[in-house]
Amino acid sequence: MKTISEHILDIVQNSVRAKATLIEIIVDEDKKNDIYTLIIRDNGCGMDEQTLQQATEPFFTSRNTRKVGMGLALLKQNAEQCGGKLELKSKEGMGTEIKAVFQLSNIDRPPLGDVWNSYYLTLLSYKKVELKYTHKTTKSIFEISSDDIIKMLDGMPLNNKEIKNGIIELIKNNLTDIKATL
Amino acid sequence: MTKIKSLADLKKIRDEVQSKIKLRENSDHPEQTVQIKVGMATCGIASGAKETMNYFVEELEQQAIDAVVTQTGCMGYCYAEPTVEITLPGKGPVVFGYVNKSKAEEIIEVYIKRGKLVDGIIPVNFKTIDE
Repeated sequence: MKTISEHILDIVQNSVRAKATLIEIIVDEDKKNDIYTLIIRDNGCGMDEQTLQQATEPFFTSRNTRKVGMGLALLKQNAEQCGGKLELKSKEGMGTEIKAVFQLSNIDRPPLGDVWNSYYLTLLSYKKVELKYTHKTTKSIFEISSDDIIKMLDGMPLNNKEIKNGIIELIKNNLTDIKATL
Repeated sequence: MTKIKSLADLKKIRDEVQSKIKLRENSDHPEQTVQIKVGMATCGIASGAKETMNYFVEELEQQAIDAVVTQTGCMGYCYAEPTVEITLPGKGPVVFGYVNKSKAEEIIEVYIKRGKLVDGIIPVNFKTIDE
């Protein structure tokens, strides 16, 4: 994966398959400690101890249509290549939290990428899941929740061009405002 | 135009859009809607499925074709990503492989609008991508 936003698009679907109704995505740029963190937290079905142990194996998957499952393995590889690590926490029936830590200044750390597109496309596909995105920088913090967007739209279609562009602009402008590293 | 920075700004756009368009009743006629599922698992994303999906969303809206575009998982045709499953009203699902922008354009023009099959179909006896 070339960008953090592609990892987000990918990993979030694990949460959707785990029947989560709330998915929180948090990107935290900690310049002081030179740490860049991506957290994806859900309230889905969670994993038992054994599944959790195998989850980052590239040839482990809970599906039976294919024999590989690269999503978490690639994120782990990316984090470790950037002097970081991947931490998984999960409790059956409670949910799962994935924390990928990167060295912020590492030359290999993937750029954030078009996280606004990842957010919009996920929102469009899974309207019933509450999708929260939080981006923290030393300057400030930006938060957005899909529930607020859906409520505000009040039945207007998400795929309308102006609305699509509006949502994307909103995220982009706010990220620029808080001086997020894009 | 002022920059969109808050939900209030977005609401203004919403209200403008509402005054301009007559609500299409998508949900009332699901049998008339074209269903498009873009394979967006790890393999799909790595092959550029994000651009493909974006293109379908924009192009179909632009051409006012009643369609629901969603993402779905992988069904083991990773070599042919990005894959797209298209279900025309009253027809069985068809899966296309190697769908980049130009292939997507061809699919919309030839298959979705005229109902003619185009090259690049993955022939399988499957029901749907789900699970």
